[in-house]
Amino acid sequence: MDLYHEDILDHYSHPRHWGILSPADIDHEESNPLCGDRLRLTMQVKDGKIANIGWEGDGCAISKASASMLGEMLIGKTLEEARAIRKEDILERLGIDLGPVRLKCALLSLKVMKVGAYGLAHWNEAER
Amino acid sequence: MVAAPTSSVVELTRGDFPILAQEVRPGVPLIYLDSAATSQKPGVVLEALDRYYRESNANVHRGIHAFSERATAAYEGARAKVRDFIHAASAQEIIFTRNTTESINLVAYAWGLSALRPGDEIVLTEMEHHSNIVPWQIVAERQGARVRYIPVTEDGLLNLDAYNQLLESGRVRLVGVVHVSNVLGTINPVAEIIRRAHAAGALALVDAAQSVPHMVVDVQALDADFFAFSGHKMVGPTGIGVLYGKRDVLDAMPPFLGGGSMISSVTLERTTYADLPQKFEAGTPAIAQAIGLGAAVDYLAGVGMEAIHQHESALVGYAMQQLSQIAGLKIFGPSADLRAGVVSFTMKGIHPHDVAQGLDSAGIAVRAGHHCAMPLHEKFGLPATVRASFYLYNTSGEVDHLVEALERVRALFAR
Repeated sequence: MDLYHEDILDHYSHPRHWGILSPADIDHEESNPLCGDRLRLTMQVKDGKIANIGWEGDGCAISKASASMLGEMLIGKTLEEARAIRKEDILERLGIDLGPVRLKCALLSLKVMKVGAYGLAHWNEAER
Repeated sequence: MVAAPTSSVVELTRGDFPILAQEVRPGVPLIYLDSAATSQKPGVVLEALDRYYRESNANVHRGIHAFSERATAAYEGARAKVRDFIHAASAQEIIFTRNTTESINLVAYAWGLSALRPGDEIVLTEMEHHSNIVPWQIVAERQGARVRYIPVTEDGLLNLDAYNQLLESGRVRLVGVVHVSNVLGTINPVAEIIRRAHAAGALALVDAAQSVPHMVVDVQALDADFFAFSGHKMVGPTGIGVLYGKRDVLDAMPPFLGGGSMISSVTLERTTYADLPQKFEAGTPAIAQAIGLGAAVDYLAGVGMEAIHQHESALVGYAMQQLSQIAGLKIFGPSADLRAGVVSFTMKGIHPHDVAQGLDSAGIAVRAGHHCAMPLHEKFGLPATVRASFYLYNTSGEVDHLVEALERVRALFAR
């Protein structure tokens, strides 16, 4: 089970920032039709910085662990800094090498954040 | 306790599939339980492809030269083998396509766009693969026709009482049904479904992608109007599929694709079409792949389809019995005696992708997802399932490995 090291299993079993915030400045949900994964992310922004994050969703260990880790990365960042987070940052944080199918699981949280925060209409994993 | 089945089929055939000697990673042998997605290929099929390109390559139905005649004979020989294999009345009723999906699209576009009128109905089932749903939705929308569905019961069977009610509208023009479900493994009573369709004045199309590779089929005994399947799921190459259609039904249909080979004569104003099957085979076909399919059919017939079916039936019974011992594991679909070699399941609290990933670490290839049957998964309230599927080359030892690996996955996530 080389993919599932301790850190991923821990974030999966004990997701950080679990629960939807209300009210929220940013509230967005996306799903991955290929596997039925679904993720809703809410954020509160104070003085230009991400003050609180809350998310809920259904998905595999990779997608949930990546959402939990992304939440930790985002707290205290400005929206500009958040926008600069790239695919490579998520993969580095997960600490695993993924094939194209599982990459979609790993990057669902980043997609939700970027589409929700910046209204990006087009999402291309190769570029983000 | 069911004893692990032993089988002469697997002893006779296992060594014929070179890929099964591969390792997934150093020291981890491949355990291939994804044959419902695509089957592995025996050496004789690989050699047929190679030999064709080395010794006979030329275009078919065109040249007067020796190699074109040799290629044409081999290509048409493959058609005759497929005819024998499914017991069609004539080789002219065997149309080579790219795959099952293209075969169904051929019927939907060529027959559907010319025959369907506003208010007409197409009856499908809730357990169809997307390939037997989407083409009909597209064509129905264009023609103002309506698609209706035979419901699936909790046990993964078709509700045939509801089917009778659907037929009572008197507007059903075609019934499309999957012979063997790619998710539940259910073997549907297609002969009876076709009989009722005909009694209601409708044509019947069978998606046979998961049946032709695994059991004896006789299209005439079933009385199917259309029968669609793929080469790559029956130890043949990718890129070749078959549409069987009854001659009178095919004759009455306009062509699907226009181009070379499918004509009788062409002027700048109009074209008259070739006879069957060329009318539906525009352009240079997948010649090598058709010849490879012919070799696949010879191979399967040599092993014996009844023996293959018995082998898989014993294996799926054993797998269901062993899998049901695993805590939190839920199997979908009917009992082993009503299904082909497919078992889809979930594990409590573990996403199917994580199960499949864990199995991959043990060298075991399964499929996780909705298996191109989203409506069926929605019916069972599931985004995805894990599917293990078996073929003639799988062993009961591989089932034991699957069960052991699933126990390890369960332990990993149970902490």
